[in-house]
Parts: sequence; structure tokens; C-alpha cells
Amino acid sequence: MDTIRKDLIQSVEKMPAFPQSVHRVIELTSDINSDPRDLVKVIEHDPVLITKILKMVNSPYFGLAEKITSVNHAVVYIGINTVKNLALSTATLGVLPRTNNAGFDMDAFLLHSLSTATIARLFARRLKIQERDAFDFFLSGLLHDFGKVVFAHFLPNDFKQVLQIVKEEGLPLYEAEQRIFMTDHAQIGSLLGEKWNLPTHLITCIKDHHHHDRKESLIIDVVSAADQISKELKIGFGGENRIETIPDAIMDRFGANLQAVIDSLGDINAETEKALVFIQK
Amino acid sequence: MKIRFWGVRGSIPSPGSKTVRYGGNTTCIEVETDDGETIILDAGTGIHPLSQSLLKKLPLSCSIFITHTHWDHIQGLPFFVPIFIPGNQIRIYGAFDPVLQKDIGDVLSRQMEYCYFPVREAELKADIKYNSLHERQPVEIGSARVTNIFMNHPVLTFGYRIDCNGKSMFFTGDNEKLYNIYQPGDDYYTEYENQISRKNALLDDFIRGVDVLIADSAYTEQEYPAKKGWGHGTYNSCVDMAKNIGAKALYLTHHEPLRSDDELDGIQKQLNAIEALPVCIAYEGLEITL
Ligand SMILES: [Zn+2]
Ligand SMILES: [Zn+2]
Repeated sequence: MDTIRKDLIQSVEKMPAFPQSVHRVIELTSDINSDPRDLVKVIEHDPVLITKILKMVNSPYFGLAEKITSVNHAVVYIGINTVKNLALSTATLGVLPRTNNAGFDMDAFLLHSLSTATIARLFARRLKIQERDAFDFFLSGLLHDFGKVVFAHFLPNDFKQVLQIVKEEGLPLYEAEQRIFMTDHAQIGSLLGEKWNLPTHLITCIKDHHHHDRKESLIIDVVSAADQISKELKIGFGGENRIETIPDAIMDRFGANLQAVIDSLGDINAETEKALVFIQK
Repeated sequence: MKIRFWGVRGSIPSPGSKTVRYGGNTTCIEVETDDGETIILDAGTGIHPLSQSLLKKLPLSCSIFITHTHWDHIQGLPFFVPIFIPGNQIRIYGAFDPVLQKDIGDVLSRQMEYCYFPVREAELKADIKYNSLHERQPVEIGSARVTNIFMNHPVLTFGYRIDCNGKSMFFTGDNEKLYNIYQPGDDYYTEYENQISRKNALLDDFIRGVDVLIADSAYTEQEYPAKKGWGHGTYNSCVDMAKNIGAKALYLTHHEPLRSDDELDGIQKQLNAIEALPVCIAYEGLEITL
């Protein structure tokens, strides 16, 4: 198990970003008049790209005096041109294939991640959380299932079995992963988070997004709820349709059941559409 | 400490009849500490005449701090004569390059590769040591302490503060005042504004109260709008910075290559009207004693 983990974590270094954003990055970095706001958005909407950038700027070699937690923060701190060139260096690694032997649809996965992120930020705004911290909610949503891409990309044949088990036995995905890999996407995601020097509450959120009852944490409750809403509304697909229980803290504030919570958030589809524009252009 | 300007031009060396008085060499500032240590800020072409003056100090021990690796700040390094002389000790400091993932030594030795320069880095005779600095990592040189902070330029750029026996100076390197990339009404506008305020506050605290502020004033206010985002300051932005942090004196550098002596004289005349502090357009050979 430990060797699986170590190998995976090593390999992720060379993992390319999603094709949609690689295209956009090349486009934006080839145009001297491109709008810096577009670059920020593209980076923010690709789980691979954003983590590579945050990892590079927070690398101990580099030694910034403070931890960078968002793309805007990076732009203010080290400048748009450096961020642009960091994005380009990731783009040169190629693109993450849209299909794989696992039969895991990467486009649908990206959609699931993005919608979870957008819904988590919608929650944060409703909760009147400051924009700076609201980004943590967005980022946790974006990265919560990162471990799944890692499995699909690097261990596609085994991950195919996982998806098979989910389909045939109706097991939660993470339990099927445990059976095949002796680890699951939440663990792999949180280990990567540690390696990338992400803030601790983000790492915990990735680790516990299927176990919101383990500890009291607003960000975990929100991301867990956002994950269920994304599945309920079928915006993208992350490998399973099973809806988990909504955390009490969310029901207390937003409504007595999933549908009531969804209704209280307003036009989720419109918000998600807005998010997708940046990678689909 | 003594501060001497050996190069005050930005972008490209600009010799010629119109730049005789202020000088045409690119950025290089020598700082001599109270106990006679030599600190050099940037290695533009001004480092060549400086190297001639240092030949009387052999064997030489000196520390070169690179603000950033754009040509006009490193181009003189291969012509810094002491690097060819055995017995000299040269320490070179700068930022790690996050894009190339290489430290300052690797980045600088690139300009001595076969296609650019006849002598390879490995063939230099002096004892040369490179050090990539973390942000705010202090370096003690005799009685002086050099610290750094990230500025705003298209490549990572350190501003350096030097403190020595109660006297202090700060050199911005190339620097543009931060501005909001969002428009009022954009989702991120306020958040970005807050980030800028925080970064500015960090910078102000870092520089506050220096005796001498040396700042990049490449552009006039009229020129700036067409050069926004290029990473340089204006005469006004430098004066504002100096007032904000309570600098005792301001020296302006990184003059545009086409800015003539007469134009600079004209600008100096306008700057003389400022009452808050003395403001001086730096020229080659200018020496400040603190
Ligand atoms: Zn999950
Ligand atoms: Zn310059």
C-alpha cells in the first residue's frame, strides 16, 4: 500500500493539466494583450493547473515570506508574468487524455469538480464568509476528488475494477477503492495536499469529505453538501451517483432536506455555467 | 556607509552625446560599508568601470546582490574583471527562479554558455559562490546586514535594504506600483484591493524610515499609461513611496535609454520644488556618504 502511494505521489509531478485549460493557457500566453483576469480564471478552473502553481510558489526552495493561497494572491505577490510563465511551463507537459482504460470520463469529472467548487463558494457567500476565505471553499471543492484523476490516469486498469464494483455492488466509491488499492481518493488527495504545502484546513477537508461527522468543521460540511448537490443535479460525473446524508449544520441553516437546501441556493446551474465559460471558450 | 552609482540607465546601455552627464551604463550601485566591505547591487554594464576601480583592492572580497535577472541588471557580470583573477572571493546572491526551477547560479551561468561568451563559468579563476536567497533572508556582511523583499516586476525581483551602524538604504530594483487588474463591480475587485493593501503594508513596514531610498523612476506620468504593466515606476510614484515610508532622501534611477541629459535636468528642476525631502536624479559617479 505504501509503495502504491509513494509511486502515485511521485508520478503526479509530471501529470499534465486538462486539455481545455492547456489550450486556453497557450492561447492567452501567446497574446501580449491578453486579459490577466482570464488567465486567473483559467488557472482557477483546473484542479491540476492550480495545484501546480500553488505548489511551485509555495515551494521551500522559493522561500516566500508568506503562504500563497489563491491565484489572485499569487498575482499580487509575484506578478502576473511569473504566474503566466508558471502556467505555461505546466502547459508544456502536454494534456491529460480525455479518455483512459478505466473508462473514467475526464470531462465529466472536471465538471463534477467545478460544480462542487462553485456550489461550495455559493454556500460560503450565503454564509457571509469573506471573499478571501470563500476561495478556500471553492478550492476544497475543486480538489476534493483529485485522487480519482490520479487513479484513473496512473492506475486505469485497477480503477476500472473499482468502478465495476461500484456499479455491481452499489458500494461507495471510496470503499471499492479501499478494496482494490488499500487506500482511497480522499487519502491520496490529502497526501498530495500535504506535499503541495496547502493550508491544513484544506488538507483535512479533502481527507474527510466523505466523513463530515468525524469532526466539526464548516468547510468540510459545505464541501460535502456541495458534492451531494452536484451529484443530485447531475452536473458532471465523478464515478458514482450515490447521495450521502447532508450534514446537520447545513440543514439547520439552509433547509430540512436536500431539495430545500438546493432551492435556497438560487440558480446553481447559471453559476456553474458561468464557471465553465472560462475553460470552454 | 558610502553609496556610489556606476550605472543609472534602464533597459539598454545608452552611450552618446545626449547622455554624457548622467551616463549611459545600466544599473550598478556600489555600497562601501563602514568597515570597508564591498557590496554591489546589480551587475549592469556599470559594473565594468566599477571593476577597474576595484583592481587596487586585490585580493578582492565582495558580495554582489542581483535584484533580478533581466539583461540590464546582469549583463556586465561576465566583464567584471575580478572574476578572472585567482585569490578573489566573490559571493553572488539573488532569487531562486520558480519558472526554470533553478537557483541564481544556474540562471546567471547561462549567459556564459558557449554561444554567448568565450569563457565558461567553470573556467573563472576567482572563488565564486552563488546563494539563492529566500524572501527576507538576512545576509551579514561585516557590520552591515542586507535583507530583501519581493517587488513588482515581470520577473521575480528583490528590493534590497542595507543597514549599517544605524544608517540605512533601500534599493527597489525595478518596480511598478501595484494596481488592480479587476474593475469595480468584478467579483474579485475588493478581494484584490485587499491583497494589494496587505502587500503594500508589508513593503512600507520593511522600508520605513530609511535614510536613502533609491527607486526605479523610468517613466513620466504622461508616458506611463502606454507602459502600464511593464514593471517600472514613475517620478510621482517614487516620490509618493518616499513620502509614505518617511525616507530622508530619494534618488531616482533606471532612466529611459532615450531620456537626454537636458530632459533629466528639466525633470530635476521640477523635483527641486518638492519640500518633503530632497529628491535627486542619480547620475554616474554620484556618491552619497551616510
Ligand atoms: Zn470524494
Ligand atoms: Zn531594468
